This record gives sequence, C-alpha cells and structure tokens, in this order.
Amino acid sequence: MNLPHESSRPFPPTRLSVISLARSEDAATRRRAHESIIAAYWKPVYTYLRLRWRAEPADAEDLAQGFFADAIDSTLFDRYDPTRARFRTYLRTCVDGFVANARKAAGRQKRGGDVLHVPLDFTTAEGEVRTLEIPSPEDPDRLFRDAWVRRLFELALEDTRAQCEADGKGAHFRIFERYDLEPRDADTRLTYDDLAREFELPVTQVTNFLALARRRFRTAVLDHVRALTTDDDEFRAEVRDLLGEGFGD
Amino acid sequence: MDPLSNATVRHLQALVELPDTSGTRYDVVEPIARGGMGIVYRAHDRELNRDVALKVLSVRETGDEVRARLLTEAHILAHLEHPGIVPVHDVGVLADGRTYYAMKLVRGSSLADYARAHPERGELLRVFGRVCEAVAFAHARGIVHRDLKPENIMVGAYGEVLVMDWGVAKLLGSANGSPQAPGTVAPGGAPVTASGTVVGTPGFMPPEQERGDSTCVDARSDVFALGRLLEVLVGADGSPAPGRLRAIVARATASDPASRYPDADSLAADVTRFSTGQAVSAYRESWWERGRRLALRHRVAITLVSAYVLMRVLIFLVNRF
Repeated sequence: MNLPHESSRPFPPTRLSVISLARSEDAATRRRAHESIIAAYWKPVYTYLRLRWRAEPADAEDLAQGFFADAIDSTLFDRYDPTRARFRTYLRTCVDGFVANARKAAGRQKRGGDVLHVPLDFTTAEGEVRTLEIPSPEDPDRLFRDAWVRRLFELALEDTRAQCEADGKGAHFRIFERYDLEPRDADTRLTYDDLAREFELPVTQVTNFLALARRRFRTAVLDHVRALTTDDDEFRAEVRDLLGEGFGD
Repeated sequence: MDPLSNATVRHLQALVELPDTSGTRYDVVEPIARGGMGIVYRAHDRELNRDVALKVLSVRETGDEVRARLLTEAHILAHLEHPGIVPVHDVGVLADGRTYYAMKLVRGSSLADYARAHPERGELLRVFGRVCEAVAFAHARGIVHRDLKPENIMVGAYGEVLVMDWGVAKLLGSANGSPQAPGTVAPGGAPVTASGTVVGTPGFMPPEQERGDSTCVDARSDVFALGRLLEVLVGADGSPAPGRLRAIVARATASDPASRYPDADSLAADVTRFSTGQAVSAYRESWWERGRRLALRHRVAITLVSAYVLMRVLIFLVNRF
C-alpha cells in the first residue's frame, strides 16, 4: 500500500483549520477537509481498533472505513463542539460509540469504500501494529495519542521530503534522514564528519543542510497540528501532548 | 518510508522543540528549566567562550501576545541593572521564528532548595532582605514582578541572591509597554498581559491578582507575595516564629492592599528592625515585651555593666570587712 503522496494530499500544510473547513457551505471544500482529516486519522483509528477493541485485521479495516464513511454521512465532523473537548478526544469517543453500535448490529454491511479519496494502506498499518512496540491498550487515550503522534510525524516527513525535492534540496532531506531518522545507538551514531565524507560536502554545509531540513520538518509538524485544531488553546494543548513525555511507554 | 520506531519518534519529539540556533553565536547544550511560555536552555556562546542561559518560546506559543511578553521581559531585565536581577546579554529571533533572549547563567539553587539546605532563620532573613532590595529597585522603576515565590529566586554559590522569571511582570503607569524612568510606583497602568488574565501562583497571589483585576495590581501585590515568602522562610527551621515576625507577615499579607506595607522597602525595613532587635511597625508591644526586647538587644552592654557593678560591690565589701 502507499501513503497518500504530497501531490495528491487534499490540502497542503496550512494554518487554516480543516476542522472548521469541514463545516463549509461549499461541498468541494468540505470534501477536501474531510479527506485531510481522514489522511491524518485513519491510521491512529486503525491501530486503536486493532489494539483497544481487539478487532481482527479485516474487521478493523471494515470498521475504520465504515467509521469515516459514517462520519461524513452523519455530519459527525459538523457536530464537533470545540468548547467541550479537543477534536482528537471527540474523534476517539466517536470511534468507541461507532464500534459498540456496529457490534450490536448483526450482519452489518460493508460500506463507504467509494466515498473516500484517501488511499488507506491497511497492509502497512497492520505491519506496524505487529512490529512496533505499541503501548498496552489499557489506556485508550495514550494508545490513540501515540498512534496520532506517529502519524503526524509521518505526514510531516512526507511534506518535508516533497518540499525539499521540489526545491532541488534533496540532499538536505537525505542528510536529515541519515542523521535523525535512522535509529542508532550511541556507538554507531553518525557524526557531521561522517556525513561530510559521505555527501562530499564541508562540515559547515552539512550542519546548514541539516538545520534547514529540521526547520522545515518542525514547520510541517506545527502546520499539521494547526490544521487539525480549531483555535489557539486547542493548538497549544495538542502541541503539549504531541511533545509530551512517555511516548511508547 | 519505513515505519518510525519509538526511538525515532521520541527523537523527533525532542527535535521539534529544540531551538534552531543556526545563524546565532549560541550552541544549545541542555534544557535547564521549563516555564509557562518558554524553556530555558544552557547554551554556549562561541564568540565569548562562555555558557549563558537562553530563554526560548516554546513551539506551541505562536501568538503575538506571548512573543510580546517575552520581549517585554527582556526589555524589563535590560532596564533593571541591579545585583539582584539577572542581566540580559542579547535578544532576537531564531531561524525557526521563535523569539529568544540570552542572559547570565546563574549557578546555584532555588530558594526553595536553599531553605531546605540552610533553614537557619538569620541566614534566610538575610536572603529575604536581598530579595526585597531587588524588588524595591524594580518598584522604583514602575515594575511589579507579580510571580514572586521560592522557585523564582536563585541563591548563587557565593550567597548572591537573584530574582528570576519576570515573564508576567507588569509595567505600571506606562501605556506603551516600555519601562518608566525611575520614580515612584503609580497604581493602575497598562498590564503586560491581556487585561483580566490571571497570572501568578496560587498561594502567593494577592486577592486582587486572583480576581484578575489588573487595575488594582501595584507594588503592594508584590508585598503580599513577599509576605508569603517570608512566612515560608521563617517556618523553614520548624520552630515557631516570634510574635513580631508573625505580625510582619500578617501585615504584608493583609487582604486589603491599603493595610499592607506600601512597598518592598518598608517591608524590608521592618524585617531589618526585627533582625536588629528594634521595634517593628507592624506590632504594638506591651511594656514587658519592650523591656525584654531591649534587654535582649542590649544584653552585652547590660552584662558588662552588671559585671562591673557587681565587681565594685564586691571590692567595696572586701575593703569594708
């Protein structure tokens, strides 16, 4: 499966809130907003269904697709009230309600596949559920938050790569990838000198390239959070959670 | 792209918050404190080859008001050149758009930790006096701290005392946000934060500050916090505080601002009078208490005179018989 590529991403990273745009009068704007929300949340929802609700992979796929299709049909995004909860919390609570209802209804129909324009790569998502150290499902908030953090970083990395390649700064991203994205222990950690030799660049240029890519990544992360929140208070609270300690514990 | 491992996600979390100091003279070493709006890092100044403290807005603080508050804090510190107030070296905007300022790196412990390690009342009253001097200096320049508490006071390795964290300080009688020329503290004025925003720390905030009534906040609001601070310090050794000291605390922490000391200087003067055995303005003594205090204050002289008189009497008696 493939994650949605930058060029096909419904909205570019922007400071506009897609949560607010999901209530737009304009159907095309509303649809693109829905797709942006789904692009950010489908994987956390799938992970949550697999681990919290212990759904089998095929069931989790059906439930995730059904949930988002139902969310669009039932104007679930419109009904979100920012004064009552953060959007992420609201969405997780809605998933709980949806699954509880779906399990009550016998022989429910698979639905919604033709509504979504965001490719949902459940095979990769399932691979992650099986291979990554994902925390115990005893704390649903923590489980959903961790899956959301991982997804936001994935989206931001895709944005950063696409932006660097579009600007002819592919080397900037590759240095960032080598230095910051490849997990290494202290003994095997790359140095700026290693990268300078590998990319045949002066060390000062390596640090400059790295700084630019990191800056773009930081901006992309914050833009995604901004897009997925409705006001400054929710933005600050979500960034606090995003950067909070205890990931994967 | 391969799935991000937990270690990589944790690394990226740290990376997002890490200040981008490219283009500046500073290398970030480590975070040393987190506040409401920013993080303080130990950083190395390459040009002067020394460590400094770098206060940087958190990435979540993107609003103009918070940015203005950090800048105002830097400007306030720059105007308060006093041994009890940490000096600012530099202010600017990082490549990632975040506002920062660099200041002297204070090595020492917070007053909360210091009081636990040195609970002797005399020493803590000395420290309190230094705090009052710094706060009084700020009051004389039209600035109210509004968040005085043990965690915001540092005691250095050589006993120096520094009042830190002026992030919610209020400029009195200034509409444009710049510190006033030296003068007396005027009531009211433009707050640094949005009017009505409750700033400060519960337990150290006076009632007018808890209500969010910024127009009533003035030097006497800091006097209240200083009174709470004094209360904590005099209780550090676990022994009951003398009545005169309790009276000073009571006057400083009165609910009605009009009943408090008018400024930090007056409070400090009363504490000094207590420390030197003089009568304090906050406490009306009985004749007995006055006599006992005077006896204690002049005990050396009284002892010497008594010894002299006793010796003369003995000499007289020996000569007589």
